[in-house]
Amino acid sequence: MKNFEYIRPASVSEAVAAASEPGSAYLAAGTNLLDLMKGGISRPNRLVDVTRLPGLDRIEHLPDGGIRIGALVRNADLAHDASFAKSYPAVAEALLSGASPQLRNAATVGGNLLQRTRCGYFYDTASACNKREPGAGCDARGGENRLHAVLGWSESCIATHPSDFCVPLVALDAHVEIEGRSGRRKVALEALHRLPGDTPQQETELEPGDLIVALRLPAEARSFASHARYLKLRERTSFAFAVVSAAAALRIEQGTIWDARLALGGVAPKPWRARAAEKELAGCRPGAAVFRRAAEAALADAKPSGDNAFKIELAQRILVRALTLAVAGTPARVPALPASPFSSVAGALIDA
Amino acid sequence: MNLSISLTVNGERREVELEDPRVTLLDLLRERLFLTGTKKGCDRGQCGACTVLVDGRRINSCLALAVSLDGAGIRTIEGIADGSELHPVQAAFIAHDGLQCGFCTPGQIMSAIGLIEEAQAGDDPERVREGMSGNLCRCGAYSGITEAILDAQKSLTEAKQERAA
Repeated sequence: MKNFEYIRPASVSEAVAAASEPGSAYLAAGTNLLDLMKGGISRPNRLVDVTRLPGLDRIEHLPDGGIRIGALVRNADLAHDASFAKSYPAVAEALLSGASPQLRNAATVGGNLLQRTRCGYFYDTASACNKREPGAGCDARGGENRLHAVLGWSESCIATHPSDFCVPLVALDAHVEIEGRSGRRKVALEALHRLPGDTPQQETELEPGDLIVALRLPAEARSFASHARYLKLRERTSFAFAVVSAAAALRIEQGTIWDARLALGGVAPKPWRARAAEKELAGCRPGAAVFRRAAEAALADAKPSGDNAFKIELAQRILVRALTLAVAGTPARVPALPASPFSSVAGALIDA
Repeated sequence: MNLSISLTVNGERREVELEDPRVTLLDLLRERLFLTGTKKGCDRGQCGACTVLVDGRRINSCLALAVSLDGAGIRTIEGIADGSELHPVQAAFIAHDGLQCGFCTPGQIMSAIGLIEEAQAGDDPERVREGMSGNLCRCGAYSGITEAILDAQKSLTEAKQERAA
C-alpha cells in the first residue's frame, strides 16, 4: 500500500477543505477503500478521516414524515432500527443481504453509496481498465464478462454497480445531502451515479471535496411498506454480490396497484430505476401476465455486453418473482436468508 | 499529525506509537502487541479469520486502520477466557467439534460472541448460519460450529437469567 498523509478534521468544513486538495480521499470505515488501497487500485496521497465528525451518525424522523439518515450510520444499525425497518422494509432487507455481519457492523451509509465496482479487471492492475486508467482500454470486453452489465454500459466500460442498498433507495426516490466547497445541496440518488459513456472514471456527480453528509427518504416512500421486497440472486447462499437483484414496492388498494416502484441491481453501471415497468403496472390488478409485461418493459433496452445474455431473461424472472413476493405482503420480520430466492430449510421453496 | 494512539485491549490500556498510518488493527494486534491469536487469512475482509470486537461489535480487523480507532476498546480471543476457565463459546466449540485445523477458530469464536451479543438469530439454525456467513472454514466444520453457537447461546442466556433472578 502506498503511504499517505492521515488527517482527522474536527468539522465538516475542515473536512471539505482538506479533501478538496488533489489526491485526497475520505475515509469512513474503509471496508472498500482499504481493500482497494491494498491492491494498488486506489492510491490516495491523503486520507481525510470523517468518522469523528459530529452529528453524522443519527437517524432523524422529519416533521414532514420523511427520514434523514446520517452518512456515518452503520449499515447494521440502520437495518436493525425497528422503526426504520418497519417503514422501509425493502431497504432493510437489501442491507441485510449485502456483505457479512462484520462488514455491515463497520460499513457506513455514505460509504455504501460510493462503493466501487467489483469488476475483476478493475481490481487487477495488470489488466486494461478505462475506469482505473482512462484511455487504457477495457479487458472485460472479450474477457470473463458473464456478470457484467446488460443496461447502460458503453464501449469503454461494462462494469456493474455492486450496491444492494442503493437499489430500493433509488426506487423510493432517495436523495443525498452533499456538503461541498460552495455549500450544501440536495441531489436525487438516481442522479448521483453517472453512466460510463466515454468517461467511466467519473462515476458520480461529486466534485473534489464533496462530502455526502446524509441520505433522505421522502414521506411517500413509507406508503409502500406493506408490499415491499428486495430479491437478490447470488452465486452462493450468502455473502456474495448480486448476479441480478430487484426491488419491488407496491401500493395496492382494493386489489389494484395504484403505484409501483421498481429498480434493478447487478445489471447496470448504476442502480437502475425501471420507470417504464412501473407505468405498465399502475392501475392494473396484480397477476403473472402483467408482471411479465412489466419485466419485459424494464429490460426492453437491454443488450449483452459479452457472455451475459442470460442476465436479460434472468432479470425479468427475478423482477416477476420480486413483484409476486411484494403482492403477497412484506413479512413481519426480514427472512432468515434476507432477499434470497432459496431457503436451506427443507420444503420451503421461497424463504418468505 | 501525531500518530500515537491509545487502545484498551482485553481490558488493558495500551499506548502505541505508529510511525506510519498504514497499520491495520490486525497488524497492530499481531506485530506490535504480539497477540497472534487473531489470524490473518485473506487480509481483504472475505474470510473472517481476523474478527475481533471493537467497542463490543464484531468487525474485520484487516479492513480497519488502527489510527482511526484511537480510543477504542478491543476484545480478542486472548481476552475471553476467565483465567483457566474457557469462555462458554470456546467450551462449546470443543464439545461440538466446531473445528478441525483450527486456523479460522479464533475468528469464528469472536464472531459467534458478537452474534450472540447482537441477539438477532434466536434459536433458529438458519439465522445462525446466515449470521456466521462472514467466517469461512475450509475444513468444513460448519455443522459443529452452528451446534456450538446454539448451545453456547442457550447456556449464556440461562446464566444471565439466573443472575437476574
